Amino acid sequence: MSRAKPEDDEYWNSSKFSAFTFDDEDDEFTKMKESKRAVNSILVDDDDDDDDVEKVSWSGEPIGSISWSVKETASSFRSSGEQSFPKIDTAPSLPKQGSGYSLSSLFKAKSKPFQSFSESFTDTSTRAYAPELRKPKSECKDYMSDWSPEETVRRMRKGRAYSLERFHSLQDKLLLLDEAVSLHDGNVITAVLIYLKRSLSKEILFRELMVREVALRHYVHYLKEMGEQKLLVELMKALGRTEDMALMQYKEHLNIKDEGRRRDFLKSCLSLPFSQDDAMHVQDHYTLLERQIIIEGTFSSPANIRKTFRISEKQYILTALGARAKLKSWFDVDSLFNTKNWLGYTKKRSPIGFHRVVDILQKNNAPAQVLQEYVNLIDDPELRLSLAQKYKCHDIVIDTYKDLKDRQQLIVYQGKVERGSHEDRKIEELINNMQIRWKN
Amino acid sequence: MAAHLSYGRVNLNILREAARKELREFLDKCAGSKAIVWDEYLTGPFGLIAQYSLLKEHEVEKMFTLKAGRVPSADVKNIIFFVRPRLELMDIIAENVMSEDKLQPPREFHILFVPRRSLLCEQRLKEQGVLNSFTNIDEYILDLIPYDGDLLSMESESAFRECYLENDQTSLYHTAKGLMTLQALYGTIPQIFGKGECARHVANMMLRMKREFAGSQNQILPVFDTLLLLDRNVDLLTPLATQLTYEGLIDEIYGITNGYVKLPPEKFAQKKPGEGGKDLPTEPKKLQLNSAEELYAEIRDKNFNAVGAALSKKAKIISAAFEERHNAKTVGEIKQFVSQLPHMQAARNSLANHTSIAELIKDITTSEDFFENLTVEQEFMTGVDTDKVNTYIEDSIAQKDPLIKILRLVCMQSVCNNGLKQKVLDHYKREILQTYGYEHLLTLNNLEKVGLLKPQLTTRNNYPTIRKTLKLWMEDANEQNPNDISYVYSGYAPLSVRLTQLLARPGWRSIEEVLKMLPGPHFEERQQLPTGLHKKRQQGENRTTLVFFLGGVTYAEIAALRFLSQMEDGGTEYVIATTKLLNGTSWIKSLMDRPEAQIL
Repeated sequence: MSRAKPEDDEYWNSSKFSAFTFDDEDDEFTKMKESKRAVNSILVDDDDDDDDVEKVSWSGEPIGSISWSVKETASSFRSSGEQSFPKIDTAPSLPKQGSGYSLSSLFKAKSKPFQSFSESFTDTSTRAYAPELRKPKSECKDYMSDWSPEETVRRMRKGRAYSLERFHSLQDKLLLLDEAVSLHDGNVITAVLIYLKRSLSKEILFRELMVREVALRHYVHYLKEMGEQKLLVELMKALGRTEDMALMQYKEHLNIKDEGRRRDFLKSCLSLPFSQDDAMHVQDHYTLLERQIIIEGTFSSPANIRKTFRISEKQYILTALGARAKLKSWFDVDSLFNTKNWLGYTKKRSPIGFHRVVDILQKNNAPAQVLQEYVNLIDDPELRLSLAQKYKCHDIVIDTYKDLKDRQQLIVYQGKVERGSHEDRKIEELINNMQIRWKN
Repeated sequence: MAAHLSYGRVNLNILREAARKELREFLDKCAGSKAIVWDEYLTGPFGLIAQYSLLKEHEVEKMFTLKAGRVPSADVKNIIFFVRPRLELMDIIAENVMSEDKLQPPREFHILFVPRRSLLCEQRLKEQGVLNSFTNIDEYILDLIPYDGDLLSMESESAFRECYLENDQTSLYHTAKGLMTLQALYGTIPQIFGKGECARHVANMMLRMKREFAGSQNQILPVFDTLLLLDRNVDLLTPLATQLTYEGLIDEIYGITNGYVKLPPEKFAQKKPGEGGKDLPTEPKKLQLNSAEELYAEIRDKNFNAVGAALSKKAKIISAAFEERHNAKTVGEIKQFVSQLPHMQAARNSLANHTSIAELIKDITTSEDFFENLTVEQEFMTGVDTDKVNTYIEDSIAQKDPLIKILRLVCMQSVCNNGLKQKVLDHYKREILQTYGYEHLLTLNNLEKVGLLKPQLTTRNNYPTIRKTLKLWMEDANEQNPNDISYVYSGYAPLSVRLTQLLARPGWRSIEEVLKMLPGPHFEERQQLPTGLHKKRQQGENRTTLVFFLGGVTYAEIAALRFLSQMEDGGTEYVIATTKLLNGTSWIKSLMDRPEAQIL
């Protein structure tokens, strides 16, 4: 699997390393297949399952795995007593040293039951302890002691009760935010931002966020999550990130199903402050949609579309060729490539190699005659030969060998055509022709 | 089930056991019989931690998939939701809770957030008026999941996008947390190296967290000598290239998720004598892939061109082993043969499976399109014609090949040319938008923002310098008996792994110049160990390095690191950790806006 160019052929042929070959003969894989057959032929009774062998359902899930069990237990409504799962946890006894750890115990002094801290989102400033959370009162003791920003943020992070309502002044709020940011816990930062959003005016919040890059990113992410598009656009505008704002607005069109409404929406996007390139693309998008809606309109000739959207010649030809070939309009295919020179003769030209044209025609089951015509137009004799052989265009193969003055190849090829056929006679004639200066 | 986790240099089963213990503790918090309602995405990662049997031991009697409507009836005391912290899931949970049948005896509700609880989600539950219905809301910190004896992943799909596109560093916080957990289990890692902005950020957080825990000193003898943090954007090139190792190709073609691959079933139909006309299965064949399977461990990191020979050799050994039965004469010998049968049968099945997979892959790697694509990739990587519009790309666009394939190639050209000439970039962009739809403007913009696609600002292209200094292209890559990591891409040595290799020997000081050309700072930090924990290295004992890829790693890179671990005089063994196991396709997909449309 390496880069191989024609000049590298010698390398491949002489190297002891083999590249992927396209030949059918491939030693290792043939060997592999043989071995597979050999192994398969050994009859082994597959039925007596051994305890050592993990049982696997056809879909590959080991029986007893979670995803397998979700299906199993959901579908069966037997009482749990009747259910029996094969004993498959065959892990050999594990080193005991590890089993004593629990991830949380490594970090928590004591593992404490959950206490709802989201209660602090309530507008009432009463500190709330969700009463339904059964927990011993003793664990609430350290509750009131310290309300510094550091301690509050620490509590939030540990999932303990807290209250943000005590942070009244702007300065206190910002201290709280900065403390949250310095801990990098996105969850806590977002919680503080939600409080700030509720308790500060938009202008002030935006202004403060502008000098707090990290908090700003979290805020943007939060607004995106919550789908607060309008506020988000306002924020972008305030930040002077107009191109981002424009793209963000443009993205909204993905959610509009109705074509007419989408077109109108795109039209409203045209005036947004896109970068120069993007503006052009958005304009094109709008024009295209408009056109698709009035598809029967007179503006929609292929040539016109090509001009409006500055479609490259190559892309145009490939698209048109594919479309015409699919419809089996071989005449139209011809006219795609016909050019007239100043004397009025027609000649075929293509911005893409004719071998590619042949490829596309062949994929669309073009008749032999059409195929032959285009194979003959391939410039490179090697390429022409290989495709002519592939599609059995005998005349082209013969003519090409003749042009290459390759008598030996011609003789070899004679063996491949039907004896006494037109091709056979043609070759016979050529190899006996003394006028040709054969190279071999 | 998880014995293979303990075979490696570092026993990763300790981590798995810790996670299992945590799970048991949570389940016991909800006393009495229970049903679990699963966020379906989580069953994969959880499967690597626990089996149903563990849950059953803790009175889990039913399991359902999270769906809108009512939770199916089940005569249990507790309903536990295992979910990712996602707003849309909260809405479903709220609906579940509210449509609970009032006539039935009340069931208690609990939520276990994986990997983190989220205030945003709790707020949503509150808005929906159901927050108070939950007895327990807890989090299950599943930061680093052991995938194999030497491999840990956070399986955070969007980590790269979040870090480099949206500038959201939450996943880095989780990374630092995960590394703290790891250090708590395996000892403080004395040396930290890093390259890139995110690496710097993670190291800073780790050092800060360590200061916060200053009270309790970690008394575990360090298992890891070194931690290397690498930003994915230091090496944007590698994931774009088609992986050519066996495992890499399986992932490129079929996609490996949570250690499983789904394959077209035709080749796996088991034909037993006398069952000739049996219907062929239509469901995809699902196979688990890890080092617990001896044969797979042997071949997965090989270049695909060397897999055929390995399989054929294995086939001969197994055939010979089965032939042994003819030599077994005495009862004792026969008994011994029989005792080995299960193992031999397993080996035979394994061989049959991998032969089938290899055949499937070979059909693709021998196709003309695969070859042409690879040729273009290799031209770009060696610096051939990277400053012009590439005809193959143009043709592929015109034929409407999969968009991701196009994007991989265009991005690769851009990376190998240190940006594309404005004219070339504009041309590609226009062709892509015209062929695949204008809405992909958003995706193209995303690719530009993360630096995968960019206009050339200076005429100076430093990629050739980087390539030459780091020997990223090896003309004589040996696929069969490799002597260099470049075998994993048949010539291209992944930049990320070269950096790792050079760090171990002779050290980064030797490549200062190149490091400066790559984005982000490079740094070194030391963490003090309590006296008495300094490791006394035996003569000839290898060092152990944990390489953490921030933003994802490919299977081919993993293979290259395993190759380095196994080198006789390498001196270093590697354990690999990452935010996500990825390939070029899944990576680009994560950067697309509305990827569901027109990607295939």
